[in-house]
Amino acid sequence: MQSLSNRAKKLEVKPMTLAERAYLPAIFQGLSITMRHFFRAATKKQITIRYPEEQRPFSPIFRGLHVLKRDEAGRERCTACGLCAVACPAEAITMVAGERKKGEEGLYREEKYAVSYEINMLRCIFCGLCEEACPKAAVYLQADKMAPPRFERDEFIYGKDRLVEPTAPDARSARGIQLTPEQAAALAQRMAQQSA
Amino acid sequence: MIELPTLGWQSIVILVVFGVSLLIATYCTYAERVIAAFLQDRVGPDRAGPLGLLQPLADAVKLFTKEEFFPAGANRALFIMGPCLAMITALMSSAVIPFGNVIQFGNNVFNLQGIEVNIGMLWIFGIVSLGVYGVMIGGWASNNKFSLLGAIRAGSQNISYELAMGMALIAVLMISGTLSLREITLQQSVAGEWHFWNIVKQPLGFIIFLVCAFAETNRTPFDLPECETELVGGYHTEYSSMKMGLYLFSEYVNVFVASAVMSVLYFGGFNFPFQYELRDWFVNSQGWALTSAQNLISVVGLLGLFGKIFAFIFFFMWIRWTLPRFRYDQLMRLGWTILIPLAIFNILLTGGLILGGIIK
Repeated sequence: MQSLSNRAKKLEVKPMTLAERAYLPAIFQGLSITMRHFFRAATKKQITIRYPEEQRPFSPIFRGLHVLKRDEAGRERCTACGLCAVACPAEAITMVAGERKKGEEGLYREEKYAVSYEINMLRCIFCGLCEEACPKAAVYLQADKMAPPRFERDEFIYGKDRLVEPTAPDARSARGIQLTPEQAAALAQRMAQQSA
Repeated sequence: MIELPTLGWQSIVILVVFGVSLLIATYCTYAERVIAAFLQDRVGPDRAGPLGLLQPLADAVKLFTKEEFFPAGANRALFIMGPCLAMITALMSSAVIPFGNVIQFGNNVFNLQGIEVNIGMLWIFGIVSLGVYGVMIGGWASNNKFSLLGAIRAGSQNISYELAMGMALIAVLMISGTLSLREITLQQSVAGEWHFWNIVKQPLGFIIFLVCAFAETNRTPFDLPECETELVGGYHTEYSSMKMGLYLFSEYVNVFVASAVMSVLYFGGFNFPFQYELRDWFVNSQGWALTSAQNLISVVGLLGLFGKIFAFIFFFMWIRWTLPRFRYDQLMRLGWTILIPLAIFNILLTGGLILGGIIK
């Protein structure tokens, strides 16, 4: 068949030379290649990340497990407005609003607060729209923590016990809920805007 | 004449050789995985114990606790006999290998060898040939087409390559004039004379022997009996638990024995360069007794032989993770039309060189 594009290359099947038919030169070539890899693996640092001990660094814009932030006085910022639930494309967020009683001013920042606040981590697509929608800078997606695997479906429904940021700083680090510098800067900026 | 201390010593040596063979086979499984990993830029087993050194133990526990499975329609007696036979023949062949020179305590001289027989090489060949029965019986008794195919392949492959192997060996025997492995070893280094290892006299024969050793031990690139791309698992498809483990173990014991035989036949066995000069130096300059200097040389030679064996085992594994498997017709063509004529040519060449007085 004639070539239309003139780009076809004519392949020539040459008879094998004696060295090729003897196998041995090719075998030695292959052996030298694998030996190079052997010494590379034995001497240089291996590229394998040994997972439980070493972890691959997260991207700075990674969106992981949610946290409900407290303000600087340790009060819950969430006012249960429901904007996050509305913004959520996966409908993963539900909440029940309640009114703050007298004497609870140290617990809740606003007069209205979330009595329960649940995120279903199996529904959540970690898009971060709740974080953008929140007017009180309450819900954040942590950049360094993922929702861990579980055996039961209901264990993936995170309530306030697992979402709200702990008060004590030690407890906070033990649970691994911490803001990245970027998130901290964004939070400071939004708080400055709010007070202004 | 076999006397009582000799007999006792031989039993001890055989027990030690038995244990060492098993230990080496055990750690071959670990070494294989680590070497494979390193050759492929991976890490390999490193979870069980420091550096993963307890991995063989974990593997053994796993194999022992697996279900003992007997396929329907299998011949139970032969099914059990297969792996046992493979293991027995693999372990028996190491009895005649001279692992070291003599050790002397007072007036008692002991060989670092299980049994010194004047037909050592024949013994090894006979036992290794029996090894194919383990594979054949296991494959046939499984009542499985793939097992049977693997067993048939193993049988024809071993028979084909034993021919070339035997003929490569004949050239060595023409030089040495003896079948005793100890004699062959000692001939490769005689005190006061300049002697070479047999590899210098038999380079072609060594290459033939090496290739055949790969085929005899069913190692890649000749592992067609257990070719998983075509035959599921080959002759041990139906095997599970420790019966499977015995097959895998016997392969590594065979690798160990093949390495030892090659070291003895072609690489001087327990000899190492300048051993007699070293012994004389200890005697003359350091004032040692001749026996203790000789004992030291024997121990160093023993370690040297194991060094050679480990180098060969490493080479076996290096080849395994480098070369792809041959096709079955390629395997047969290589054996019958290349290796056997080459081996015959090697015999003629050796005979000519001996007649010409170039090698002796």
